[in-house]
Amino acid sequence: MTGLVILLVLILLAVIIVQIGKVNELAGRIRGEEEAYYQGNDRTGLWLFIFMIIFLVACVVSAYYYKDMMLGYGPLKAASAHGDSLDSLFNVTLVFTGIVFIVTQYLLFWFSYKYRAKKGGKAYFFPHNTNLEIVWTLVPAVVMTYLVVKGLVVWNDVMPDVNPDDDYLEIQAAGYQFAWDLRYPGPDGKLGTTDFRLIDLSNNPLGQDWSDEKNADDFLPSEIVLPKGQKVRVRITAKDVLHNFYLPHFRVKMDAIPGLPTYFIFTPIKTTEEFRQELRQYPDWQVPADPTEPDGPQRWETFDYELACAELCGQGHYSMRRVVRIVERDEYEEWAASQPSYYYSNIRNTDIDPKKPYELYGAEIKARNAALNAAFDDANAQEETGTIIGLENVFFKSGSAELQGDYTFELNKVAELLNKYASMKIEVGGHTDSQGDDASNQVLSENRAQAVKNYLTSKGVNASRLTSNGYGEATPVADNNTPEGRQQNRRTELKIVSK
Amino acid sequence: MAEVLTKIEELDRKEDQFIEETGFDDHFHEHHHGDKYQSNFINHYIFSMDHKIIARQFLITGIIWALIGAGMSIIFRLQLGFPESDFTWLKPFLGKWIVVENGIGSLAPEFYYALVTMHGTILVFFVLTAGLSGTFSNLLIPLQLGARDMASPFMNMLSYWFFFLAGIIMFYSLFISTGPFSGGWTAYPPLSALPQASTGSGTGMTLWTVSLVLFVVSVLLGGINYITTVLNLRTKGMTLWRMPLTIWAFFVTAILGLLSFPVLASGFFMLIMDRSMGTSFFLSEIFIQGQALDRIGGSPVLYQHLFWFLGHPEVYIIILPAMGLVSEVLSVHARKPIFGYKAMVLSILAIGFLSFIVWAHHMFMSGVNPFISNFFVVFTLIIAVPSAVKVFNWITTIYGGNLRLNTPMLFAIGFVSMFISGGLTGIFLGNSAIDIQLHDTYFVVAHFHIVMGIAAFFGMFAGVYHWYPRMFGRFMNETLGKIHFWGTLIGAYAIFWPMHYIGMAGVPRRYYKFDSFDAFKHFGEMNEFITIAAAVVFALQVLFVINFFYSIWGGKKQTTRNPWGATTLEWTSPIGGVHGNWVGKIPVVHRWAYDYNKDEREFVPQYVPMDEGEIAGEDYH
Repeated sequence: MTGLVILLVLILLAVIIVQIGKVNELAGRIRGEEEAYYQGNDRTGLWLFIFMIIFLVACVVSAYYYKDMMLGYGPLKAASAHGDSLDSLFNVTLVFTGIVFIVTQYLLFWFSYKYRAKKGGKAYFFPHNTNLEIVWTLVPAVVMTYLVVKGLVVWNDVMPDVNPDDDYLEIQAAGYQFAWDLRYPGPDGKLGTTDFRLIDLSNNPLGQDWSDEKNADDFLPSEIVLPKGQKVRVRITAKDVLHNFYLPHFRVKMDAIPGLPTYFIFTPIKTTEEFRQELRQYPDWQVPADPTEPDGPQRWETFDYELACAELCGQGHYSMRRVVRIVERDEYEEWAASQPSYYYSNIRNTDIDPKKPYELYGAEIKARNAALNAAFDDANAQEETGTIIGLENVFFKSGSAELQGDYTFELNKVAELLNKYASMKIEVGGHTDSQGDDASNQVLSENRAQAVKNYLTSKGVNASRLTSNGYGEATPVADNNTPEGRQQNRRTELKIVSK
Repeated sequence: MAEVLTKIEELDRKEDQFIEETGFDDHFHEHHHGDKYQSNFINHYIFSMDHKIIARQFLITGIIWALIGAGMSIIFRLQLGFPESDFTWLKPFLGKWIVVENGIGSLAPEFYYALVTMHGTILVFFVLTAGLSGTFSNLLIPLQLGARDMASPFMNMLSYWFFFLAGIIMFYSLFISTGPFSGGWTAYPPLSALPQASTGSGTGMTLWTVSLVLFVVSVLLGGINYITTVLNLRTKGMTLWRMPLTIWAFFVTAILGLLSFPVLASGFFMLIMDRSMGTSFFLSEIFIQGQALDRIGGSPVLYQHLFWFLGHPEVYIIILPAMGLVSEVLSVHARKPIFGYKAMVLSILAIGFLSFIVWAHHMFMSGVNPFISNFFVVFTLIIAVPSAVKVFNWITTIYGGNLRLNTPMLFAIGFVSMFISGGLTGIFLGNSAIDIQLHDTYFVVAHFHIVMGIAAFFGMFAGVYHWYPRMFGRFMNETLGKIHFWGTLIGAYAIFWPMHYIGMAGVPRRYYKFDSFDAFKHFGEMNEFITIAAAVVFALQVLFVINFFYSIWGGKKQTTRNPWGATTLEWTSPIGGVHGNWVGKIPVVHRWAYDYNKDEREFVPQYVPMDEGEIAGEDYH
């Protein structure tokens, strides 16, 4: 019923409008067609002129009024090293186009008004003028050349890839429906390889290949944190459809494409805090961030740089937000150090870890060797004897004294060090957890200590410098009621007996 | 009054007599006795092969699509302007796409994206390509060239019916349960290639591609016809350099379409194969919905190249006909020759040529090699030169004129204003370095809507108001026309001007709402303003539609054959039109189309022979 009424009202409205139009034209005819025509023409010309004035004034005034929304002004100053060059190019273009805009719009409407038909008026036969045409072909050509050259200089400055020997930090941003995964390279400074076939939503969101050791220390934070002044190369990827890595404050934008990694390089130059202090000057930012809480923090206080998606990627396109935090270098180092590696916190020693407990990455072996070096150097330097050096990568088959796995590297290193400090005497001690009966644990620990001793002897350490001792379950270092504690208690230790 | 009428009839009779004496006899009537091609209602008005009927079919279909497409924009603008409001009242129209939660109805995001996508597709292809170029190329090419009809009237008929079929399929896709395609009018894969990527990428996308492939067929059938007609069916004396600028524009438009639409079709075919035959032209290394797909080696960027190889010429396919119409309307109503005719023709040719080597400026941020972008920046910004020449020539055309400021003229002036405003922002976007920030923001939305949306519409309105008597034998109502003009001019600027500011502030386009981003959420008032302006402008277009349909039957009758005092041949054909366009002989052309106020004569039609010693208008200094 309502629909019908609305329809009727609309039809009525249409009829009224048509009638108004008809009446107006009839009135004109009564007044005398020609007279009315020229009057109407005059009026329309005047309106065109008035429109031009209002329009141009509105354009200029609104540009001034909204200057805080213009690129490169006020709160929209760029926060990256290359941003200013872009903004100034924008503003140079704005000056040229602004002049052309005002002049051409003015002439268009002014001529429309000035040359409106008058009774007995006559147009001027002016089909062309070569000089005039040459001038207005050349002038735009020159201006365009200037803008092209200036633009390309900026473009070729901003876009090239990094040199391999540059100092840069590479991070990865991977878009998917509808969020971003972020990855940092960890202490080695390198992102590991990925393969989309390895992606597992619960255990490996980026499809990292765990056989690549560069992946071991990569971490996946929930926000982008970058040190001020650091050149950053973002490796931009997508898992499913196209996305776009867009950092409006940094003038950064690049499509994320499945199967075709892209990049963008930029250097943040203002920390989040510094940017907040800049925003603080603007009245628009001195209002409560949450209008329902007038006493809450102001807008500038809650400001954060943001990462958005700028390529239509489906129905959740508008919600792909991540916070970007720019901090001083110290704070960054601290933050990066506190981020747990994805591999160590989620993968290692779980069922899905492709590496066995006794399989190590090269870097881990290197680090362990360095630690052993230091431990022996330290023990040698100390006055007293009795220093205990625990072995971390010596594994035995279950319930047996047979060595297995990566034992070789750690025991080889120990042998090497014992040969270096040739006067040092060592006791190899075996320990077990409290599972099983005391007597068999005692035997097992003795046999395991003996096995280690035998191995070291086979590597050229004089047997007279080594003793072996089994401690059974008598000297736990951790709680035997938890699996983790028991694991710590099952161990082999070296004790420096004399130097 | 009666006296005036007889005087006019007398003039028309004299003109007929003149053409009969000086015209060219192609023995048309010896072959076309009894008008057997238009003998009944169906082959006169429906499956017509007459270019004038086909033009009207394109126009009316275009108007219907424009209402649908623009209506969609109002619905999604409501969402953008009033994201918190209750839209339960739209439920009777939109059904399940209005999701009511806690008593508040809101537009479903997937339907928002479907509306945005359909708005773009419909307006770009169905309205501004078919509705604009289809209408006026059909109407004016034979009439202004002095041809009896198109080279192949049958293909011309097929061209319309393929378009009609494309429209039916697209229309049907609006009503399927998963909704129409929602991945943007550019339909970038993988979003468009994988049904699991979005609800609209299922059946909706299948229908979308089928519809657009049919549409490509329609454009090609039309284009071949336009080119052949222009090259082969010009009347005696109508050399290429005497053709009106409208014909030049339609001619270059048809060439652009013929060269670029097949490339789009090839892209669509590959997309169809990726969707249903398991190929991987555009797909590689995809993990979606918890599953790694076995599709490796393709490139989504390849699709973008194919798409924009059409997509960029497409914007000129839209704007060139509008430029042609505006050149003609400005000249006729300023009572002056178009300024720099040859420069105008060369600009059209230059723009047409350059439009093929700039496509990657849509892809500066798409992962193409940044080095390649250098070339595209250069070519893109070169286009500003012929465009500037055209603008200066239009302005000089009205300089020193005797301007009749009627509705078609106002829209032509409005076109130039819009073309300046929208064209200048293109200089920002064409510079790849600035595009880094502005790409895919509202600045782009403002730019292309003004320069190829509103401007093309203004050109189309100028054409409709100007050639309405040629089409329907009546005039449209001037008062309503002027209300339509002023409302649309002010309203269109009110919609799109603020979008520049929003865009400069970095707000991305194609966002359902902005509240999750601190950087984008503070433009609520501006968005409200834009939505209200859009609704007002839409209402004014309804006014135009009322005026259009009312005037077919109730408009002021055309009493004189050449009501505007124009020089071109279409005004020598009888009022209302006849099959074959001229009853007897075809007029022979002796001069260019722009002899206005030359040598003390108000206007000299093209069929009038040159006086002895008269200098041709184009050679005049």
